[in-house]
Amino acid sequence: MSPLLAIHDLSKAFGGVEAVRSVSFEVAAGEAVALIGPNGAGKTTCFNLIGGQLRPDAGGIEFRGRDIAGWPPHKVWRLGIGRTFQVAAIFPSMTVQENVQMAMVSHTGRALNLLTPLAGLEAEKADALLERVGLAAQARRACGLLAYGDLKRLELALALANDPALLLMDEPMAGVARGERAELMALIGRVVAEEGVSVLFTEHDMDVVFGHASRIVVLHRGEVVADGAPEAVRADARVREVYLGAEAGQGGQPC
Amino acid sequence: MSFYAVQFLTGLASASSLFLVASGLSIIFGVSRVVNFAHGSFYMLGAYIAYSLTLRLGGGAFGFWGAIGLAAVAVGLIGVLMEMALLRRLYRSPELFQLVATFGVVLVVQDLALATWGPDDLLGPRAPGLSGAVSILGHRVPEYDLALIVIGPVVLVILWLLLNRTRWGILVRAATQDPEMAGALGINQKWLLTGVFFLGSLLAGLGGALQLPREPANLLMDMGIIAEAFVVVVIGGMGSIGGAFLAAVVIGELQAFGILIFPEITLVLLFLVMAVVLVIRPWGLLGKPEAIIPKAAARDVGRPFRPLKAAWRWAGLGLLGLLVALPATAGDYALQVASEVLIFTLFAASLHFLMGIGGMISFGHAAYLGFGAYGSALAVHHLGAPMEAALIAAPLLAGMGGLVFGWFCVRLSGVYLAMLTLAFAQIAWSGVFQWYDFTGGDNGLIGIWPAPWAAGAAGYYYLTLMLTVAALWVLKRAVFSPFGFALRAGRDSRLRAEALGIDVRRVQWLAFALSGAAAGLAGGLYAFLKGSVFPTVMAIPVSVDGLVMVLLGGVHTVLGPLIGAVAFTGLKIGIAAETHFWRILLGGLILATVLAFPKGIAGFLKDKLMRPER
Repeated sequence: MSPLLAIHDLSKAFGGVEAVRSVSFEVAAGEAVALIGPNGAGKTTCFNLIGGQLRPDAGGIEFRGRDIAGWPPHKVWRLGIGRTFQVAAIFPSMTVQENVQMAMVSHTGRALNLLTPLAGLEAEKADALLERVGLAAQARRACGLLAYGDLKRLELALALANDPALLLMDEPMAGVARGERAELMALIGRVVAEEGVSVLFTEHDMDVVFGHASRIVVLHRGEVVADGAPEAVRADARVREVYLGAEAGQGGQPC
Repeated sequence: MSFYAVQFLTGLASASSLFLVASGLSIIFGVSRVVNFAHGSFYMLGAYIAYSLTLRLGGGAFGFWGAIGLAAVAVGLIGVLMEMALLRRLYRSPELFQLVATFGVVLVVQDLALATWGPDDLLGPRAPGLSGAVSILGHRVPEYDLALIVIGPVVLVILWLLLNRTRWGILVRAATQDPEMAGALGINQKWLLTGVFFLGSLLAGLGGALQLPREPANLLMDMGIIAEAFVVVVIGGMGSIGGAFLAAVVIGELQAFGILIFPEITLVLLFLVMAVVLVIRPWGLLGKPEAIIPKAAARDVGRPFRPLKAAWRWAGLGLLGLLVALPATAGDYALQVASEVLIFTLFAASLHFLMGIGGMISFGHAAYLGFGAYGSALAVHHLGAPMEAALIAAPLLAGMGGLVFGWFCVRLSGVYLAMLTLAFAQIAWSGVFQWYDFTGGDNGLIGIWPAPWAAGAAGYYYLTLMLTVAALWVLKRAVFSPFGFALRAGRDSRLRAEALGIDVRRVQWLAFALSGAAAGLAGGLYAFLKGSVFPTVMAIPVSVDGLVMVLLGGVHTVLGPLIGAVAFTGLKIGIAAETHFWRILLGGLILATVLAFPKGIAGFLKDKLMRPER
């Protein structure tokens, strides 16, 4: 069976800096793959290449057997790739519910409709989705008034609004207080399992990475240095070198 | 061949003044982010003050150059005055609020110049010692032109040294690149800004003063130069002095040679070049591209729109009832004024749809008003169309104009987009102005009268009321439709909107068409109200009027711009009827308003009347 997402020889340079160099990896259906590496390793660039925010210089991105390299973000989304950003990106001038309604209306191709008020469209479905991410009580509030952890939940709801097959999550825990992380990660895990969505995520919190990833891809200076099951990556000498320097020591929280 | 070489020198000479003005504008914008419409007024003041000073100081070389230097410094000080007394109070105001303030200054300066120097053109003296011409390749070139060709690069070098080799210049560049960081490093922004305004205004004044021997000082200099200076800054790249010089040379040469090849459309050519440059290099020739993925900046985008409370709905219906009953009590003149207010309310609402909902600032919205007005007038004039058909032609032509201009504009964002809208409006204006056979040029088109059934003041008022209310209803409906939300989504977070399958560019493009069509309907109604159309309907001041209405009313409200339009149009007509010097009164009122309500009228009401929402 062909993988859901197959990246091969992906490259992207900014001026003279090669942010991503000939990167290849795959995500199979049902997998949760973590893409990790020190700051500047090229993780977010990889995400932006897959999501269409950036155009690759070379290489291919195959999703469900179609080459989507260089497609604009809105078309990538229509194929079934949802996305969350490092800094939660939502629509602050709308209510929580309106955010989700907008996503759903876009999913059904009615974003250019001029005649029907949005208020009556997809309201129940939006509320049901908000219920699942634990935001039902906040549905009528302005997004600007939400706590950051709740913004992350809203973003998750937005990313799920079109029933994606693959979810790209760029540091889902970034900016979330340590105490809230377990709950948020449990929520993500639960929703993802219910939906049967495959996940590709980056994260600096290694508890989250090793607790939730079924496979880990390690990037360093734009190149893949390891790709395998969590235990194998944990034991990998090169990974230790990347994170801890040449005199690989014990433990410690990289980031 | 030699003729072209001489023409080339003429182009370089005109480039010098343009460069001085544009570099000043660029420096000011770079540090303060103020789009300074008064910069053209400073250029004009430079010329007038230099004229007066040359009369005082006598005709010698000392008198002439002394007058030019003193005029430049005087204008620099006027810039300082504007910064300290006005803009300093407005840096925390809503986006672009300072623009409204500088436009107030434009109006005040226009009338002050009229009162001080009179309406006639004032021809300055020739530069002593440079009044002759030298023969180059068998053609005569004025010596003064050669001096200007030298002065431009000299100023460029001085500015470069100032910005790169002095501590002050390094601070200016730091504040241009990252104002927040500069502030965090303890740079005193207050005096830096004042200094920047002095330098920028001085350059504008110098540009105007140096132009005196070539062109008489006149009251139209301000609007003429400001559009060109914007073009130069944008083509060159924001904040790039070298870019401004390069662009000034390009523009100067374009005009020098364009006049040989296409004398009819030199103005169009100028703005066309800008459009082409911006589409190929959106950040200008020597500017730096913006980050591909914008920072998720916490920009003020307003709060969710809430449906009006029942009481307000009844109040709105009551107001509509009053408007319907108005002809029973009001005379013909009052009804004409009321019609005009309604028309500009629609105009403001159409601009607000683009600016407030779409986040796309238009400096040239009068173009669509003009397309509508000319669409109707041309249909009547050339096709003998009845009023009803002509009023359909108006939004159609303006909507198509919106599609054409919008296609280019939506490829840019922020101030670049705004400048491109201005450029397109100027293209449209100069096209109408110069195409005598078709549009009548500045003689306009006259005899555009309504159909017999709407010929009376009351009849036409009812027609205007009906069409305006219908168009406003459609716009309001659009704001609350998925399309309106998609437009806001693109404004709030383009990144997120695109990652939710919204083709932001297409949504914005259609918004241009819709907004243009609405403004076009207003233009069509305006043509039949006045019975004539002139190019002034699509000139810069009309565009700025629209901006003032929307910004004073409040960008992030649905009703604010309507209130702003009623207040502004009513005031303008009222004042113009009372006094010849209406500009200074209107400008003064604008200045008083922005100083009294530095957060905008809507922001003021929100602070005073509403408790923070939970």
